[in-house]
Amino acid sequence: MGQITLERVSKSFGHTEVIPPLDLTIEDGEFCVFVGPSGCGKSTLLRLIAGLDDITSGAVLIDGQDASDVPPAKRGLAMVFQSYALYPHMSVRKNIAFPMRMARIPQDEQNRRIEAAAKALNLTDYLDRRPGQLSGGQRQRVAIGRAIVREPSAFLFDEPLSNLDAALRVGMRLEISELHERLRATMIYVTHDQVEAMTMADKIVVLRAGHIEQVGSPLELYRTPRNLFVAGFIGSPKMNLIGGNEAARHDAHTIGIRPEHIDVSEDGCWQGTVGVAEHLGSDTFLHVHGTGFGGTLTVRTTGEVTLAHGDTVRLLPRAGRIHRFDASGLRIV
Amino acid sequence: MATRHFRSTARLMMAPAVILLLGWMLVPLTMTLWFSFRRYLPLRGGDLGWAGFDNYVRFVTSGAFWPSVQTTLIIVGGVLVITVALGVVLALLLDQPIWGQGAVRILVIAPFFVMPTVSALVWKNMFMDPVNGLFAHLWRFFGAEPVAWLSDVPLASIVVIVSWQWLPFATLILLTAVQSLDREQLEAAEMDGASPLARFGFIVLPHLSRAITIVVLIQTIFLLSIFAEIFVTTGGAFGTRTLTYLIYQRVLESQNVGLGSAGGVYAIILANIVAIFLMRIVGKNLDR
Repeated sequence: MGQITLERVSKSFGHTEVIPPLDLTIEDGEFCVFVGPSGCGKSTLLRLIAGLDDITSGAVLIDGQDASDVPPAKRGLAMVFQSYALYPHMSVRKNIAFPMRMARIPQDEQNRRIEAAAKALNLTDYLDRRPGQLSGGQRQRVAIGRAIVREPSAFLFDEPLSNLDAALRVGMRLEISELHERLRATMIYVTHDQVEAMTMADKIVVLRAGHIEQVGSPLELYRTPRNLFVAGFIGSPKMNLIGGNEAARHDAHTIGIRPEHIDVSEDGCWQGTVGVAEHLGSDTFLHVHGTGFGGTLTVRTTGEVTLAHGDTVRLLPRAGRIHRFDASGLRIV
Repeated sequence: MATRHFRSTARLMMAPAVILLLGWMLVPLTMTLWFSFRRYLPLRGGDLGWAGFDNYVRFVTSGAFWPSVQTTLIIVGGVLVITVALGVVLALLLDQPIWGQGAVRILVIAPFFVMPTVSALVWKNMFMDPVNGLFAHLWRFFGAEPVAWLSDVPLASIVVIVSWQWLPFATLILLTAVQSLDREQLEAAEMDGASPLARFGFIVLPHLSRAITIVVLIQTIFLLSIFAEIFVTTGGAFGTRTLTYLIYQRVLESQNVGLGSAGGVYAIILANIVAIFLMRIVGKNLDR
């Protein structure tokens, strides 16, 4: 229970069309991530699904039923906001109980669900505290707890980790993934961080300026980006994009090669000078200048490489790993 | 050394202000206390020596004392209820995006700039006058007998006049509080299934509690001493005599400074009792 379908959904604010008509189906139990640069309309799309904003045209179907005119509370969806939106004057227990209180669920059932959610989210010791007395990660868990107890058909997350520090973010990412494995509920997750998208998603929807650029599993997007935008957006560090003569040699307007698909080799066909070598321990990222392609070339090698600034290297792209794009930026198959 | 020099210089520089403020407060207080123990009748022989606690006993045992305390509390309470309730409503309305928002906001604040004497006179002569007042015309238009507001329902009329003056203050403070409410909280509550009324009760009102506390505290301080509104409307007649007004009558109409000063001391005590009550009831909101 929790299949969501968007049919020709569009949204305009005044005369500005932020989302041109688009179609999308999110299957039941799927972890779907909307990813794109800021201002691409991913949060707006989520709010349209939630019902917080009204769609300008088209239809939102939940489990096959048209929900376009159904008020947010009746759609059976729960949302976790970027600011967590906890009620500051209520204890954690009352925060979590709030949606059930509004739905007039009996008290003992409420308590049972609160205890279960608190146990699952490690909040049992904090139930009587106020949100102001909690850390960022704990607040995040309270917000998730408030969503869980409603037993919604789908969860909506609006950049839930962007207010956490890097270490907590990795931890919460795992917790949300585990939660998805356990509940098997549909989850729609909005982020601008492609690492979150790659690690959590069953299906990634890449958006730009309200358009869907590509929909697919993380590995599909990684292996066969449909256009230059997706190629540059998915993967870290970014894919190297090369134009000019080198691209023409491959019968393309632009070619792309990921840093991890270039080897440092004596018989390499490309040559350049190391500008900066970033040693991460496990890997080394080399930023190579002077290749004649314009700009720098990023190369990922093993951690034990001792190359440093000013060294000359020869580089060999791995066969079959070069992505080719035509003049309009589309992938050449 | 430098720090010590700095501190003494700072003290020296602040001294004039501190001394001025101290004098401003202490001189009248001491004089009030002093006169309250004297038999002082300016037109009937001047200062006639010690009176002991006679003035205090006379002031309390006079038949006008307890009714005046009651009147004071009714006016303060009535104005607080009206300004806070309407202030919340107005603040919520003014927070909505409307055409000409800036102009509307200035108009709402306008009554606060009108002097109490002037606004009370305007109300008395233009609105509440039983012959020529706007209300009288309105009543007659609907075929009803005009109400003589200030003699038939004098206390309610004064509460209305004072509320009109203080509503802008309450609205302004509450509006800033409404504007600081996180929109996502309201949206979260909407997703959680809260009706508009529940959103108001569970989210907006608790958020406003601190601002309401401030409005209540500040207004109480000023409302305990309202005078002009009573002076120019009823002149203390028809049961509108507050403690402040009673003191004025004792000092200036009866020309008994000693008795009036004793009343002043009682007014200080009353104000402190009210303040302690308020701090107990609503002051804990400020700690959060």
